[in-house]
Amino acid sequence: MLFSAIVSLTMLGAILGLLLGVAARYLKVEGNPLVAEIEQLLPGSQCGQCGFAGCTGAAQALADGTAPAGLCPPGGRAVMQALAAKLGIEADLSGVEDNVPMMAEIKEEICIGCTRCFKVCPTDAIMGAAQQIHVVFREACTACGKCEEVCPTESVKLQPIPATLQSWHWPKPQQVAEGAAA
Amino acid sequence: MSEYLLLLLGTALVNNVVLVKFLGLCPFMGVSKKMDGALGMGMATTFVLTLATAATWMLEHWLLLPLGIQYLRILAFILVIAATVQFTEMVIRKTSPGLYQVLGIYLPLITTNCAVLGIALLNVQEKNGFMHSLMYGFGSALGFTLVMLLFTGLRVRLALAQVPSAFSGAPIGFVVAGLLSLAFMGFAGLAGH
Repeated sequence: MLFSAIVSLTMLGAILGLLLGVAARYLKVEGNPLVAEIEQLLPGSQCGQCGFAGCTGAAQALADGTAPAGLCPPGGRAVMQALAAKLGIEADLSGVEDNVPMMAEIKEEICIGCTRCFKVCPTDAIMGAAQQIHVVFREACTACGKCEEVCPTESVKLQPIPATLQSWHWPKPQQVAEGAAA
Repeated sequence: MSEYLLLLLGTALVNNVVLVKFLGLCPFMGVSKKMDGALGMGMATTFVLTLATAATWMLEHWLLLPLGIQYLRILAFILVIAATVQFTEMVIRKTSPGLYQVLGIYLPLITTNCAVLGIALLNVQEKNGFMHSLMYGFGSALGFTLVMLLFTGLRVRLALAQVPSAFSGAPIGFVVAGLLSLAFMGFAGLAGH
């Protein structure tokens, strides 16, 4: 009695699992490969600043040609150029002034530890607890600006990432040439 | 034929799954803000409920009864229902992207709709035959869709009504659901099921 119960339920689970596994292989839907490629280029933090539900929605719109290449504010100039190159469209770079990578920075003297920024951060880049001063992890911050909107004391601001010994590098030759031409 | 019609009427109106049996209240309250969402949920539930009643009938009569392990019914039914939903989602995604767009996120949510398990268990309890079970499931699902649409229509109008602030939002929704349920009690005795 007990044995048959164990065996039959195990078999049922195994058969259903196998069936689903096989079905998943045979019924696989080939999505538009371009959408997947575009999604790879986007930051992937699902911040929603472009007005789409997430980076997948934005990638879909880009592939359909209904969205401009410069739709991703956190991506900035670099993502815009990459998208334009991938889609073969002209990117209007004139409106994009900030070429510098940004990150959120917390002014400790006016942070009240309300945890609002910490809750909205899509990449968990802000660490903190109630009534404690919060900090931002440079590696995880994508400069989406969500924390800036919710901060009641305006202590979170997007700032250009300061160069440190770890992050500084020689300027690329191309950029130097561009700068000289301008 | 008239027997099946009567059964459909009985399950859809008289013994309505949401308003009389109080099953599947989560999608009833949750997905009744917009008309197209409610319709999508209703269609998806109709599809899954009919399929799941067939699958669970076969499971009950071909596996659980011969082996005498009816006490595992709920466990086995949930297993089969979840697999059915998953499989349905894959098939729809492959064969009809348009329908998949409409049903979208509602399909996987049906796994946790207690109406699906409830109807399957009621079928066992009432010792229904295969076709009878199928019509019972289909009728219940039709009733579910009908009530979803009715309630959504009411809520859409409620959004524009001047509701006292203590009642606005979910509370007035619950009050309306209760009144709707009272109204459906009026069908009692319409069809003898």
